[in-house]
Amino acid sequence: MRVPLEAYLFLSAFLFAVGVIGVATRRNALIIFMSIELMLNAVNLTFLAFARFLHSMDGQIFVFFVMVVAAAEVVVGLAIIIAIYRNRETVDVAELNLLKW
Amino acid sequence: MELVLFAGLAVVAGVAALLVVVQRHAVYSALFLIITMGALAGIYILLEAHFVWVIQVIVYAGAIMVLFLFVIMLLDIRREPNPWAPPDRARILVAVVLSLVLLVELGMAVGQRLMLSPAGGPDVAGGFGTTQTVGRLLFTDFLFPFEITSIILLVAMVGAMVLAKKHQ
Repeated sequence: MRVPLEAYLFLSAFLFAVGVIGVATRRNALIIFMSIELMLNAVNLTFLAFARFLHSMDGQIFVFFVMVVAAAEVVVGLAIIIAIYRNRETVDVAELNLLKW
Repeated sequence: MELVLFAGLAVVAGVAALLVVVQRHAVYSALFLIITMGALAGIYILLEAHFVWVIQVIVYAGAIMVLFLFVIMLLDIRREPNPWAPPDRARILVAVVLSLVLLVELGMAVGQRLMLSPAGGPDVAGGFGTTQTVGRLLFTDFLFPFEITSIILLVAMVGAMVLAKKHQ
């Protein structure tokens, strides 16, 4: 029996919600970043599921571009985190409060 | 058979994803995220996305997560403080409740009868998802975005080198 589309979409929704929990709950900037990657993976799964069930290659091409942009984003984001660590000796986002009045 | 494979991989992916967000050490989170990405690569095989799952394993799990691990070990992070202390506890409870609301809403949206091909729908064309098909599309219909991605990667490399440089 073929796996229904709703199963893939529900798994993707679950992974996305777990990513949202990670971003909103954790204080370590690196784990927040990893939760963002988890959300991007969930969206990739949605794209591929629809590409499969609509018989369209557009979804897979878009996943390729999502991965490229995610790679570029990770590179720049980690460089920023390293720069922050050099200045403040911490990656705890609760301590990055220079913009608070 | 496909259902059994999908169920197993989905459970692995879901449990590993939950473990990513509850670990106190960042290294364990990164390793569980690698497991999640591996399970997702297996699911991509079930979705006839042959080029994409190879790229997922090589680029996502094999390069991006390795970069994460490098940075985690470079920064020498301590264990995260106990999240059940009062100032954090309220924030965590609100976040979890709202995320569960999000999950329920997404589940309701997914649960609508989507009127797409039913469980026994027609199979896809022969070359669906292969490297040849993706390559041909990238160099014909999607040529412009493909060239833009090379510029994105160049900008990211230059930006990272500038940001992370030690200023003497």
